[in-house]
Amino acid sequence: MLRIRNVESGYGRLKVLRKVTMHVGTGEIVTIIGANGAGKTTLLRTVSGLLRARSGEILFEMREIGKLPPEKIVFLGCSLVPEGRQLFAPMTVRENILLGAFPQFRRKQGEAVRDDIERIYGIFPLLREREHQLAGTLSGGEQQMLAIARALMARPRLVMMDEPSMGLAPLVMKDIFSIVTRLRDEGNTVLLVEQNARAALGIADRGYVLDTGRIILEGTAENLLSNRDVQRAYLGRDLDAEGRM
Amino acid sequence: MYWEPVQERMDREELAQLQLERLESTLNRVYRNVPFYRRKFDELGISTEDFGSLDDLPRLPFTTKEDLRQNYPYGLFAVPMREVVRIHASSGTTGTSTVVGYTLNDIKTWSNLVARVLTAGGVTKDDVVQISFGYGLFTGGFGLHYGAERIGASVIPASSGNTARQIKIMMDFKTTALVGTPSYAMLVAETIQEMGIPVSALSLKYGLFGAEPWSEGMRQEIQDKLGIVATDNYGLSEILGPGVSGECQERRGLHINEDHFLVEVIHPETLTPVAAGQAGELVITTLTKEAFPMIRYRTRDLTSFLPGDCPCGRTGRLMSRVAGRTDDMLIIKGVNVFPSQIESVLFEIEGTEPHYQIVIDRKRAMDEVTVLVEAAESIFFDQMRRQSGMVETIRKRLAHELGISVDVKLVEKKTLQRFEGKAKRVIDNRKL
Repeated sequence: MLRIRNVESGYGRLKVLRKVTMHVGTGEIVTIIGANGAGKTTLLRTVSGLLRARSGEILFEMREIGKLPPEKIVFLGCSLVPEGRQLFAPMTVRENILLGAFPQFRRKQGEAVRDDIERIYGIFPLLREREHQLAGTLSGGEQQMLAIARALMARPRLVMMDEPSMGLAPLVMKDIFSIVTRLRDEGNTVLLVEQNARAALGIADRGYVLDTGRIILEGTAENLLSNRDVQRAYLGRDLDAEGRM
Repeated sequence: MYWEPVQERMDREELAQLQLERLESTLNRVYRNVPFYRRKFDELGISTEDFGSLDDLPRLPFTTKEDLRQNYPYGLFAVPMREVVRIHASSGTTGTSTVVGYTLNDIKTWSNLVARVLTAGGVTKDDVVQISFGYGLFTGGFGLHYGAERIGASVIPASSGNTARQIKIMMDFKTTALVGTPSYAMLVAETIQEMGIPVSALSLKYGLFGAEPWSEGMRQEIQDKLGIVATDNYGLSEILGPGVSGECQERRGLHINEDHFLVEVIHPETLTPVAAGQAGELVITTLTKEAFPMIRYRTRDLTSFLPGDCPCGRTGRLMSRVAGRTDDMLIIKGVNVFPSQIESVLFEIEGTEPHYQIVIDRKRAMDEVTVLVEAAESIFFDQMRRQSGMVETIRKRLAHELGISVDVKLVEKKTLQRFEGKAKRVIDNRKL
């Protein structure tokens, strides 16, 4: 579904991604794990068109999207749930959700939007209850749900999520991850960037380890979980200390 | 039947993407973790950053057996020893052995790849698999063992040797699949005949053989004598052990597990890729190995890529059965000769047994080759005339095949040495 080859990207003179090659197959949950500053967010911003790749190819459903503006990429079916939610706090929950439907309005399918909202409320019953509340008054977990809901309104086939568990309590985090799994089960494809590598690998099919802008490991989630480098660097296990015990 | 249908039937374009991803991450890892590669890349001015396509592969340096020896024992490991859960060493058929290591993930990958090869050869969880490869530093025994267990087959770790006992186990335990070297399979077949045991007393259905070159004629012979479907599989400890490639039941070449290995065939002297379909030296880059990644390892094994798709549905490219090793290659009177060429001629000739030895001497600066062949009893005791007629036939056929004349001697059945491991068929008495 998504195929990236030798993508280089960055900010100003700062080169963040150094020849990243990866792919996401249809129906997969693929996660990118890596330390702070490894380039995870830069990668998602580059794929979604918020940042222009300096070189390399980005193919979405076999079509080059590297030079398209972000809204066109959403239009094609590739949506981003950005880091830190990026909601419009003074607007209501419903208004925030409707903003995500801009491709439908542009396609003059305003009618269909109502059905879409109903479908979304089916996944997030809590958002229906809070429909008329201002987004800024929601809890962290609810805001994350709203951010996902807004992205889903564009009817994406590929949903990219940037740190959806950030700042959430463990229980709430679990809810968010079960939503990600549900999205995949309902036919979506998910590219998930997470600091919480263990949780991400727990639901993912495959993963990539990004380290200072380079992919240093690719593998099934199962293999990455049992890779000692991954355990030491990203799963918070101090193997040497364990060895001494 | 496939073990990993998605991977084994992967679309070629998807495969190329996956190979590039894995190659780039492997290069990043070896540059970071293996001083040998870091030095080599730096010397050649290769940065992993200007590598962007599988077509750039020829720009990377080769790794040779000599490099492995110089870094003996652990110098090329890409992980600390505490992450290594298994150590093997090459069988040392030629010179010093080399040491290789595996992480837990490597063992898992290995088991899966061998499971693919076994499944392609016909083995399922319902089979009783007798492994007559040696268990030890050699990768054959443990490699096939783990793969067969992974499938869920019942594994008999018979190991090598004690042929009479192996045959008893085969009958009593109702072994359905035999795993070992082809020369050992021949020995088993002969011993069974000698013991007067009919093939029908065995439950054998499949044979998976490897670790040494064998000819199509030898396959026919083994299949006929043991009543099995015999497939060839290939691997080498420096790369993984068994599991690099294996034949499916179509038996038209070995499917390479290309999602884990990037393969090239090069001319052993010019070191450039040979034309499609031409024979040359197999060069392998590992794509998923953690403990012991190899960049463009020169296997010294001679093979060629076979054209066309296999009806079995696997998309991994086919390589021809390994014809020999570049270092098995005998230079006789300036001509390159492979023992396997001699073997395939012998198999075509009626009245010979599939046991032979090649003796090379040098007399007054001239190479002289004598091929000793065991004659079937009936012929040997029959008449002198038929005998000398046969010797003449063999001589002519060999001269035609090899382009040099060789001497041929028929010897009595059972007079040449038998091998339970890898066969040593060449005796080179030249002092070069």
